[in-house]
Amino acid sequence: MPGRVLVITSGKGGVGKTTTTANLGTGLAIAGQKVCLVDADIGLRNLDVVMGLENRIVYDLVEVVEGNCKLRNALIKHKRNDNLFLLPAAQTREKDAVSPEQMKGLCEQLAAEFDFVLVDSPAGIEHGFRNAIAGADEAIIVTTPEVSAVRDADRIIGMLEAHELFSPKLIINRLRPEMVKRGDMMDVQDVIEILAIDLLGVVPDDQAVIVATNRGEPVVFDEKSLSAAAYRNIVGRILGEDIPQMDFEPESMLEKLRRLVPLRFSRRKAN
Amino acid sequence: MLEFLARLFGREESSGKQAKERLRLVLVHDRASVSPHLLEMLRVDLLEVISKYMEVDEPGLEVNLEHEKDTVALVANIPIRRLKRQGSKVAH
Ligand SMILES: Nc1ncnc2c1ncn2[C@@H]1O[C@H](COP(=O)(O)OP(=O)(O)OP(=O)(O)O)[C@@H](O)[C@H]1O
Ligand SMILES: [Mg+2]
Repeated sequence: MPGRVLVITSGKGGVGKTTTTANLGTGLAIAGQKVCLVDADIGLRNLDVVMGLENRIVYDLVEVVEGNCKLRNALIKHKRNDNLFLLPAAQTREKDAVSPEQMKGLCEQLAAEFDFVLVDSPAGIEHGFRNAIAGADEAIIVTTPEVSAVRDADRIIGMLEAHELFSPKLIINRLRPEMVKRGDMMDVQDVIEILAIDLLGVVPDDQAVIVATNRGEPVVFDEKSLSAAAYRNIVGRILGEDIPQMDFEPESMLEKLRRLVPLRFSRRKAN
Repeated sequence: MLEFLARLFGREESSGKQAKERLRLVLVHDRASVSPHLLEMLRVDLLEVISKYMEVDEPGLEVNLEHEKDTVALVANIPIRRLKRQGSKVAH
């Protein structure tokens, strides 16, 4: 059975597509899946540096598509995980160096070898976006809880439908619980209500993401950070596990309960 | 603090709620500016359904979206040539 091809897209730039692709791909590989990350942002490649693989690039996606090298030779294996591969974008080429048909063929080839193919889409709704979605059978939409990002996400949902990619899943990125609490940021419910699509998960705004990116190691490797936990939950949901949404409220009842319940259990055991 | 008091007394909505409300409105318009292609498809489908019950003046059938301040309505003008007799609808 061929693997699943997921495109990670957003419309608006800079909301976290590349970060999401890197972390979900890494998380899936840690979970034992064979994963290939595809950087479809031709001319503005970034997934390589976020993954810390920028020094290993020999060939790129455009060279594969043009037949100048074998697909196998362009794939870069991750240094910490043998299940994880990257197909880098070309840096010095135009976006139209590749056609949607070629991308479709490429994704099919990859899906024959991998359990998951994750395509990092460029911002915008033009040629690069159409390339990125061409070979995908599922779509993940990333947005931040801000007016312009959500508006663009809505536009993208419409465009995905027009390309017969139905029921995309939503990731709300960079949520700031303390701002939500004082009413200065839309909450998760607001965004879902507006976009009317299924929520895949929420990732908090987390300094650990930037630290991890500085090091070239996706934050999901960092066991302690909140964003890593969020990414691992999303990975579980992609794999079909039923994982409840995280609650980021600073001192909510649920958090308190969670902290108290195991305490009680241990006391009971001690008695 | 002033802002907080203003909110407390209901003078000003929180910026989060404002964001949601503004989005709701802007999306009503974004979504309504659907392509003419979609409207044409809707027109053809409507024609097919309505023709089962009555004879429609095909070229006269108009489908449009009309924008009000914060709502959008689908307005169809469907001139009818002849009503079919009761029971004459073909089952399929
Ligand atoms: N959850 C988060 N917490 C903190 N910072 C984040 C988070 N997610 C992303 N960022 C930061 O936001 C910036 C943009 O992220 P990223 O490059 O993933 O966005 P993008 O959607 O791929 O951008 P582009 O549209 O340019 O491709 C980066 O500096 C990244 O480190
Ligand atoms: Mg990017």
